[in-house]
Amino acid sequence: MSMATRLRLENIVKEYPGCRANDGIDLVVEAGEIHALLGENGAGKSTLMKVIYGVVQPDEGRIIWNGHPVTVDSPARARELGIGMVFQHFSLFETLTVAENIALNLPADETRDRRQLEQRIRDVSERYGMALDPRRYVSTLSMGERQRVEIVRCLIQESTLLILDEPTSVLTPQEVRVLFQTLRQLAKEGCSILFISHKLEEVRALCDNATVLRQGRVSGDCRPAEVSATEIARLMVGDDTPISTQVGESEPGALLLSVEGLSWRTDDPFGTSLSDIRFSLREGEIVGIAGVAGNGQEELLKALSGEIRLSGHAIRFAGTAIDGLAPQERRRLGMAVVPEERLGRGAVPSMSLASNALLTASGQGLVAHGLIRYPKVRAFSREVIRRFGVRCVSEDSSAASLSGGNLQKYILGREALQNPKLLIASHPTWGVDVGSAVAIHEALVALRDQGAAILLISEDLDELYQLCNRMGALCHGRLSPLVPTAGLSIERLGQWMAGDFPQEVSDAAA
Amino acid sequence: MLLLERRPVASPVMRWASPLLALLLTVVTGFFLFLAMGRDPLAGLKFFFVTPVSDVQGLAELGLKMAPLLLCAAGLTLCYRAKLWNIGAEGHFLMGALGASIMAVQLVDAQGPWVLPLVLLAGMAAAAAWAAIAAALKTHLNCNEILTTIMLNYIALNLLLYTVHGPLKDPYGFGFPQSVMFGDSALLPALVPGTRLHLGLAFGLLAALAVWALFARSFVGFQLNVVGEDPRAAAFAGFGARRLTWFAFLVAGALAGLAGASEVTGPIGQLVPQVSPGYGYTAIIVVFLGRMHALGIVAASALLALTFLGGEMLQIAMNLPKAVTGLFQGLLLFFLLTCDAFIHYRLRWRGPATAGVRSVAPAGEA
Repeated sequence: MSMATRLRLENIVKEYPGCRANDGIDLVVEAGEIHALLGENGAGKSTLMKVIYGVVQPDEGRIIWNGHPVTVDSPARARELGIGMVFQHFSLFETLTVAENIALNLPADETRDRRQLEQRIRDVSERYGMALDPRRYVSTLSMGERQRVEIVRCLIQESTLLILDEPTSVLTPQEVRVLFQTLRQLAKEGCSILFISHKLEEVRALCDNATVLRQGRVSGDCRPAEVSATEIARLMVGDDTPISTQVGESEPGALLLSVEGLSWRTDDPFGTSLSDIRFSLREGEIVGIAGVAGNGQEELLKALSGEIRLSGHAIRFAGTAIDGLAPQERRRLGMAVVPEERLGRGAVPSMSLASNALLTASGQGLVAHGLIRYPKVRAFSREVIRRFGVRCVSEDSSAASLSGGNLQKYILGREALQNPKLLIASHPTWGVDVGSAVAIHEALVALRDQGAAILLISEDLDELYQLCNRMGALCHGRLSPLVPTAGLSIERLGQWMAGDFPQEVSDAAA
Repeated sequence: MLLLERRPVASPVMRWASPLLALLLTVVTGFFLFLAMGRDPLAGLKFFFVTPVSDVQGLAELGLKMAPLLLCAAGLTLCYRAKLWNIGAEGHFLMGALGASIMAVQLVDAQGPWVLPLVLLAGMAAAAAWAAIAAALKTHLNCNEILTTIMLNYIALNLLLYTVHGPLKDPYGFGFPQSVMFGDSALLPALVPGTRLHLGLAFGLLAALAVWALFARSFVGFQLNVVGEDPRAAAFAGFGARRLTWFAFLVAGALAGLAGASEVTGPIGQLVPQVSPGYGYTAIIVVFLGRMHALGIVAASALLALTFLGGEMLQIAMNLPKAVTGLFQGLLLFFLLTCDAFIHYRLRWRGPATAGVRSVAPAGEA
């Protein structure tokens, strides 16, 4: 393969009201190269991708494709040029089959013969080791399989540049390995790949070159295989941010939460039912639940928080059955929850931080006789901001005005300051900058050391291995055994994430 | 090229300037409407906006019309803050008038200070019960409250018409569809002697004060706001949407019912078919124009009360049809909704060089 330059970006500038998302970015991707685009959330990766794929137009700068300046004014134009894109949130219709979804993107004359199209899909998917049945409905596919549909769709259109946005976040470790093989094979055949990620080890394992973005600018280029993860992390976050937490040992205490045979049937055709979940949680330990998104994490969290109420006695907190209790009643008993969505569930975007404190902390003497005690609300809110280093103008700032990391610190701080006996946190560092992630991990460990039990639901395996005493995985609404982290290999965890675990669950530490 | 672009943050200035701008645009449009109809536009505007309130009697009449608007709007504010689009104030109002009238007719010969409260309570209870139907349909069968409340308005109207043509018709009323005149003990006392202004306005102002207190200080008010702003956050916090829906509907029903009861025990003194010129519908405009804020709805109810008086004045002085009231109210709402777009959006001029740039880019998406 000749190493011709496939894509060259020169001085790309894109400004949104109140934010310069791309501030003069240069990027070069050669033919057959796997190029990483690294950066924290908000560094400008998504915007740059949208510029390349024609979703948004740059305010300044040039795009040079195979040596010719081009204007990519729509995704259709991008596909015509040979640019394919796999979004983090898949753009597939769940009610259509694989072949129908792929046909939607193709010219009409290529889709008239359905059988021929199906054969093409089979050929391409087999050639690259991504087995796919074109007649299956997308709603029945796992996340990994849906991603294959997206990739196959790009390949059928003969893309010569494939953009993948955080492709591994929905995959098990085994699936990641298969994906990487596919990508290497594609690159060998001359297809360029732009791999967007914030997971440094993956980038080191896969990519030839990397461009690192920080605050809308290129902060460095490197060959990831030749530099350490720490050096890359420094390029991503700058010099003055801590990038990891030291986690000490802990000695679990008395039994606090026990879940025995928790089942729940969803009404949502695309939701996940929970079946026969059993686990227990002791004081002073962090227990992790891994799993690919959409395998019942959301539902389990809601059943534990009280947003879904059940009848029966499956969930016992400090000996009391809480299945039918409302969220406030559970909070009164000492439970706290940090949900996955910060804006629009954990906090009301348009309301001030002080008002958002009232959302869950009203029981901390902030309300008396049905009236709000504003001085106390403000004091509580200021205390959260101070103790957890939330960067904001004041407690009157709206929740929406904070960065993801700062808002997450505020939400976690709001719960932690109420001294919960049990804290359930779902994806607490998802989309959060490294500095805030470290602060959040430290806060969780500090709570554990005070004797609280912590249930950590996460897709980030590094985070789980770093923090948890015990962990397991959730798949199709069933929970694997929860075993000591030290004895759980990543291969075994990967199998569990794919649903391969013993049916008869024996909770090892219970 | 002129672009409509989302503001990074909502404009607090526009939030309050928008109603004033809408009023200005309404006046300007009114000017040209009068011109088009071959009437003197300045005289027309003067008859509409100034003449009705140029003496004490006129101001008293303004207060008289404000009272039902304010009571209905106060209740609707609770619903709208929680994004419950209750369009049923008209029906609540009619049921309030009907309930109060039934009680007043039973007690037509009764004397004593207990009669009036009993009559008013009957009206409030009937209206709250009417609102409860929509609340139950919403919370138990997930029916859209906009549709159910509108339909219930028509049912309420026909129930009232049936009653006033049938069971409640005055047997000595020469066949007119109206009830007997209520006893003196069932009538609201006048607020300003020598005018028709009655205690209803005081009820309205008290209701506005209560709404202010509810949203400024109480936890229930906060919960209503959260349910409206962000239902998922409300569910996460455990603020029961059902419970709050019932609360908002029952209060809205009771207050609009009090308005209806005050109307029949106040200026009318008996039940008649045309007890409401559309107060319950106009109150919707009052709430939006008043920014769902207590002080705002007091001002807005005065303005919309004036449209009723001004409309009557134009009928008399310039021989214009009654529809002119609805026309001005509609213009005001139309312009308000238009101006409200500029709370979240702004106009920006872009040179043709970057034409094709998509304008309404979501803010903060980097």
